[in-house]
Amino acid sequence: MGLDGGYFSLRELVTVSDVTVDRRELKFRKPGIDRFFHFVVTAGALASLLVLGLIAAFLMFRGFQIFKDMGFSFITGSKWEGSGNPGEPTTYGIAPMLVGSIVLSLVAVVIAVPLSVAAALFIEFYADQRIKKFLISILDLAAAIPSVIFGLWGFFILAPRASHWAMSLNHYFGWFPLFHVPGLFFDGSPFIGGMVLAVMISPIITSVSREVFSQTPPDQISAAHALGGRKWSAIRYVALPFGRSGVVGGAMLGLGRALGETVAIYLVVNIVFKTNINILFSGGGNIASMIALKFGEASHYEVKALLAAGFVLFLFTLLVNMVATYIVNISKRNRV
Amino acid sequence: MSISLHGVIGRGNFERDLNFAVADGEVLAITGPNGSGKSTIIHTIAGLISLRSGQLQSDNITWDEPAAKTWITPEQRTCAVVFQDLRLFPHINVIANVAYGLRAHGVPKDEAMTRSSAMLSHVGLATFEKRRTLDLSGGERQRVALARALVVEPRVLLLDEPLSAVDAASRSALRELLPEVLASFAGSTILVTHDLVDVEALATATFGL
Repeated sequence: MGLDGGYFSLRELVTVSDVTVDRRELKFRKPGIDRFFHFVVTAGALASLLVLGLIAAFLMFRGFQIFKDMGFSFITGSKWEGSGNPGEPTTYGIAPMLVGSIVLSLVAVVIAVPLSVAAALFIEFYADQRIKKFLISILDLAAAIPSVIFGLWGFFILAPRASHWAMSLNHYFGWFPLFHVPGLFFDGSPFIGGMVLAVMISPIITSVSREVFSQTPPDQISAAHALGGRKWSAIRYVALPFGRSGVVGGAMLGLGRALGETVAIYLVVNIVFKTNINILFSGGGNIASMIALKFGEASHYEVKALLAAGFVLFLFTLLVNMVATYIVNISKRNRV
Repeated sequence: MSISLHGVIGRGNFERDLNFAVADGEVLAITGPNGSGKSTIIHTIAGLISLRSGQLQSDNITWDEPAAKTWITPEQRTCAVVFQDLRLFPHINVIANVAYGLRAHGVPKDEAMTRSSAMLSHVGLATFEKRRTLDLSGGERQRVALARALVVEPRVLLLDEPLSAVDAASRSALRELLPEVLASFAGSTILVTHDLVDVEALATATFGL
């Protein structure tokens, strides 16, 4: 119907080819407040990157002479001798502590992840609402406890008991290489250090995992029930696959914290500069605790070595996080 | 009777009084406008929502009766649902989706896979076993959802708008497949739809809301 209320005839309809349309350029300019907000958040993001970059640059600059003098043997070497004074043989190598960092963190993650995932599943799918709220608050509090508290608890409470557990593990499973010990010394072992780290990182992993599980689509859960699946079946076939990438992300967060943990390891592990992969055997340490142990009495040259070690730890942690991000992205791609 | 519902269903502020029964082999189409409670009926029979009052029975077993505090959980009910939004599991392939109900009931894996494979052939998806559900067309996904529901050999089959989420070509193909599939189904079928063409093609009885 035309604007005047009459009807168009076919002849009156205008075809596109009869009409000339003027081109016009559409311009869009963000409002001022949007541009300001965009600038502020971009500056914030870049500032974080800048700080990270400056830290890396500082460590590399101050430790550069060590990399130049020692070469790759700084990473692969097992001796830490000398103070760099003229005429004094000096060699620094962080391999035992790098291996120690990895061993301690792996022990922590192997213990923490199954327990944390189980806790997260309990809180999200089984716990009563009141208990759920209480447990979530406890988790948040536990994640904020300073590491020195965990270290002190580990030293006074856990370590004496864990030494007995280590003894039992060695007695019954010493045939397995992981639980073999070259001598019956169980105090201050990577096993005990790993357990303390596990307790420390569990709240983080549990929180992240629970958060992810809470986002499981309820429609999928109800579909599982409607097809005859009980609660555990719905968790196994719906919630766990859905939350897999989040659990991996949480585990990586925990691993990152464990790699850089200083005080708790310093208090609980018998810091010995020797590669030790017998986790039940006394002695070990990580790069962070080595830096804390030696920094107070280090010569000028040795401080550079400690900063170089810090740079290696920084790079290693960055690498672990990149691998974790890759794994999480792969998991998400396979899911969707 | 395979299934009977006499009572009040409800969800939130919505409530409706209902009274119907469906015999074995019968396909009851429940029709009505949007918001009339069609999907609520499906969810109530499946046990995802409880009855407000009254009784829901299947094969003389009471599944839900609030006054007598009787409640059979969804996983214990001998029904299976094809949801309007299908709700296929995205992280597992087609045959694993179909086999889910059997595995949940404790059927050994080999047997579950064999039966699922046969059911996929029955719905015309014999070569689709290893494909991801997200890679399928709407019509193909609908067939997977149907196979997943049928493979557990339910006594009551609940179809919630089975043809609403597919394109016209798939819809006509499914309208040819469904009567064939439902003809070989021994239990009761409740079909919720607002499309009278579906009613004409599939139902043996109707119930209007």
